[in-house]
Amino acid sequence: MAVITDAICSLCGSLCDDITVTVEDNVITDVERACILGRNKFVGMFLHDRIESPMIRKNGELVDVSYEEAIDEAAKILVNSKRTLSYGWCSTSCEAISKAIQLAEETGSLIDSTANVCHGPSALAVQEKGGPSATLGAVKNRADVVIFWGCNPAHAHPRHMSRYSSFSKGFFTQKGRKDRKMIVIDVRKTDTAKLADTYVEIDQGSDYLLVTALRSAINGHEDVIPDTVAGVSKEDVLELANVLKEAKYTCVFYGMGVTQSRSKYKNGDGVSSLISDINQHSKAVMIGMRGHYNVTGFGQVATWETGFPMAIDFTRGAPYYNPGETGANDVLTRGDVDAAIISAADPGAHFPQDSLKYLAKIPVIQIDPYANPTTELSDVVFPAAVVGVEAEGTAYRMDGISLRMKKLIDTKFKTDEEIAVDLINKVRELKGGA
Amino acid sequence: MKLEANLISGRTAYQGAYLEAKTHKEYFDACSYCELNSSDLAKLGVSEGDNLSVTTEFGDVSVFAKANDGNPDGLAFIPMGPWANAVLSPDTHGCGMPGFKGVPAQIEKTGEAPLEMKVLMRRYYE
Amino acid sequence: MSELLIKNAVVCDPINNVNCEKMDISVKDGKIVESVSSGAKVIDAGGKLTMAGGVDGHTHCAGKINVGRFMSPHDMRMTNVPGLSGKEAPTATTRAQVGYNTPNAFAIGYRYAKMGYTTIGEAAIPIIGARHTHEEFEAIPILDKFGLTLFGSNWQVMEYIRDDEPEKLAAYVAWGLKASRGYGIKIVNPGGGEAWGWGKNVSGLDDPVPNFDVTPAQIIMGLAEANEKLNLPHSIHLHCNNLGKPGNYETTIASMKLLENLKSNRDRQVLHVTHVQFNAYGGTSWRDFESAAPQVSDYINSTDHMTFDLGQAIFGPAMTMTADGPVEYANSRMLNAKWSNMDVELEDASGVVPITYSPKNFVNAVQWAIGLELALLVDDPWKVMFTTDSPNGGSFVNYPEAYTYLMSAKRRAEIIETLPEMALGRMNIPGIDRELDLYELAIMTRAMQSKMYCMDTKGHLGVGADADIAIYDIKPDSVDTTVEYVAVKKAFSGAAYTIKSGEVVVKDGEIAMTPEGRTYWVNAKMPQATVDAMQVDVAKKFKKYYTVSQANYMVEDAYLPHPVEITTEAL
Repeated sequence: MAVITDAICSLCGSLCDDITVTVEDNVITDVERACILGRNKFVGMFLHDRIESPMIRKNGELVDVSYEEAIDEAAKILVNSKRTLSYGWCSTSCEAISKAIQLAEETGSLIDSTANVCHGPSALAVQEKGGPSATLGAVKNRADVVIFWGCNPAHAHPRHMSRYSSFSKGFFTQKGRKDRKMIVIDVRKTDTAKLADTYVEIDQGSDYLLVTALRSAINGHEDVIPDTVAGVSKEDVLELANVLKEAKYTCVFYGMGVTQSRSKYKNGDGVSSLISDINQHSKAVMIGMRGHYNVTGFGQVATWETGFPMAIDFTRGAPYYNPGETGANDVLTRGDVDAAIISAADPGAHFPQDSLKYLAKIPVIQIDPYANPTTELSDVVFPAAVVGVEAEGTAYRMDGISLRMKKLIDTKFKTDEEIAVDLINKVRELKGGA
Repeated sequence: MKLEANLISGRTAYQGAYLEAKTHKEYFDACSYCELNSSDLAKLGVSEGDNLSVTTEFGDVSVFAKANDGNPDGLAFIPMGPWANAVLSPDTHGCGMPGFKGVPAQIEKTGEAPLEMKVLMRRYYE
Repeated sequence: MSELLIKNAVVCDPINNVNCEKMDISVKDGKIVESVSSGAKVIDAGGKLTMAGGVDGHTHCAGKINVGRFMSPHDMRMTNVPGLSGKEAPTATTRAQVGYNTPNAFAIGYRYAKMGYTTIGEAAIPIIGARHTHEEFEAIPILDKFGLTLFGSNWQVMEYIRDDEPEKLAAYVAWGLKASRGYGIKIVNPGGGEAWGWGKNVSGLDDPVPNFDVTPAQIIMGLAEANEKLNLPHSIHLHCNNLGKPGNYETTIASMKLLENLKSNRDRQVLHVTHVQFNAYGGTSWRDFESAAPQVSDYINSTDHMTFDLGQAIFGPAMTMTADGPVEYANSRMLNAKWSNMDVELEDASGVVPITYSPKNFVNAVQWAIGLELALLVDDPWKVMFTTDSPNGGSFVNYPEAYTYLMSAKRRAEIIETLPEMALGRMNIPGIDRELDLYELAIMTRAMQSKMYCMDTKGHLGVGADADIAIYDIKPDSVDTTVEYVAVKKAFSGAAYTIKSGEVVVKDGEIAMTPEGRTYWVNAKMPQATVDAMQVDVAKKFKKYYTVSQANYMVEDAYLPHPVEITTEAL
């Protein structure tokens, strides 16, 4: 029996790195300190529906084939494609992401990450107005006001509030929750909202109105604020603005309520501007609540390797970036790619129906440890090692801090990185032979 | 009776807990429902566990009814996943992001039970 | 193994007192040697200018630059310097390239190599973010890398200085260098990063840091003494307080004076002051803003304890990025520009803001002049490192253009002619006729770096040096660099040959091959008892305040596949 301490949980963007894992006969039998998501990731994996063999769809059914046959088939799809969509690469290591980018570059593909359906608009907001941010420890040690805007960490990031935000104790926040005002802005009273000192319920899709009203109040233009904004009374808007002005250190954590609702990236743009305005009076930062444990890493690696964080099109050789045109859902709903390779993400579960109807029409290569809805749409399937459990590698926490994930148990499966390298080599071989 | 609702989707702890077990019944249970508040459910004449049909401009799907009194009137929530995505908006409005929140939906009682994940996915080949 | 003979090179190698003399250079197994066998591969340099590979000792190339890239997709298309900027499709040898101020990692490697540079130093590594820096280092092809670790607003550092614990402070610095695999001590706006944690700043050397009861002056002195106790190869590397503010030259000179009497056991300065252009401002506001380069230069001419670099401004778009968090916020409000920020727990702050230096703007025009004035008014080129603080003053791809400003009064006059009248009265450059020669340029771009970083194998072409060599397509015996600045710029923009560790990586201005570079870091040894005592304090920090476990904090060996470990023993 081995007990591994300080293991990193590779499930959500909180990337908790204090997990103790017990391994017996190459099976994880216990985890300490993980939340239900993390616990199921580690202990649950032995119950989950593992893809056991490479498969190719023949006569409508996926049948087991050799790894070599699957690599050969997948490489042929990539070589014959005019424009492949490479998608996902977020529940995997930075090392795998790097190889995926190289594969996309060499095959003239378009590569996008799960940010497309998550914090992609936040990236656009940063490109408009910048990202005034902090590491999570700055919040833990300093923040006396924490705002959760359109996010629900009680469900999506269960240890966030105890480790980093609402309840965490730090150097200037020795009393933890008692030293902090917790505000939730949402469209429904979530389990997170139930824990807040102040819950501000807004009309769905009206985030931008509230941001604008808050900015007006903070910048001394109270007079332009109507009696009710976004379903919130002017009085409450002014009170909230006052809290922000008088705080010592505010952090706005924001989620899909901000990025997916009407106005999309303009909401994040507004929040960024609001943060800048608050800093005229006190100190404030913002941090996006990232979902996949290494979607932040995809953005980092893609940015240093291609200059762009997502939606990168290599069709014309040099990278081209124009989300709205080159996002994964943009090209699928337009029918603008003729093959797809999907790894470490599940568009089958998380893309709208029109995109899936198109995926069903084109050859799809999947690399994943587990069977999932994407498998149902795939034509070549590679089983992969579970990165962060069966393979080591780098991942980025939601605040941009990178950590090295440990290998906890042995596996017979190849890693995403190894599979990507094998594909690069096979593609080169096919191209060289042509 | 049909309810004109505003549909949003999002994460839940159980959706997340079974994220890597999507062929399992636990994932089906965690994602194939629609939350409305009790008064909206009462308007539709359904109890928790009954079947609801959710229809939007983009499709329709059957899901279980679930009560959540944190929802304001007319706000419907389906956990992110294949059932929600059967009816959410594919339009990215020129910025890449589909419409996962704020989709007008009609909700009514139905006799149709939610489709199991693989069956639901087979529909995309049709 | 591999042997190379470079014949007919006109060598400019100031470390070895070689001033444009025709000679042969022998290379074996990546090193300069006395001679090679007759089987050696031969390159005929044909009388062309030959120098050691360039060393950029202060550039933002890994880490924070990614924030700059992330927020500026428009930069990826910029083609301001043809051949060294913009988008390029991948080739059989090279990966796809993008960008100007914030190029992708591959382009950084290729473009520095094309300019004959073979070693670059990242100017700021936060310890907790060091893993990221090393990931980007590994993505930069060809070049050798090193980085400077931030200590100037670090809680443990400030507490040890406040509590008068110099031994533990030195042990902590050594541990921080190891944790981050850093090469030296960087101090940015000492204490200002912590003050920025509350949206504030420190106003000068004696303004106490909120809640920590230490002054910036004490932080500088404490770290400088620790630096010498640890016998580090580089001195402290200081970004002064009050950067970017009119009248800041007084703080700058006072900061320099602090260390006049500090002694080093190594043959180098005890202080390097960085991007002094941004810290040599006169006046009391932007209205009466003027160059204070003469005052700063006079002081530097009067002392021998320090070196500095320029932070030369280049007209056109640039991207400012610094651990000086309050400066970046102020920039964004003043310029109405987008603002990224990163408060780094227990350690420092940082920010990134785009800027454009316009020759029509009198402040920008004076900034342009100040960098040149510093280079030309300081008599001894061994004190001067050429930089643009890339991309703060402008992208490194403008170096060849900037060289011509230093080497040709005629070229300077052409620029000065385009500047606003108001600016001319606030600068001194029109009255300066000094023109650097190739020997002086070689000092500022490679030789002085060899000394200031105690990198014995870099920056020169003596036997035993790394075979990092640049051959430029101009002939020193026939070119007049004061007049033929077009030819000079062209030659330095695309080397005839760049040789890295004995391999030809650039030929005729194009990338020939892309080997992986090495990463230098310093392992400074302290007595174990001191280390143990320090570790007790550090463990408390992790238990109570960090959000990362101590076990996951230090950069693992996996991130330095080609390490060069420099070991020092504490005094």
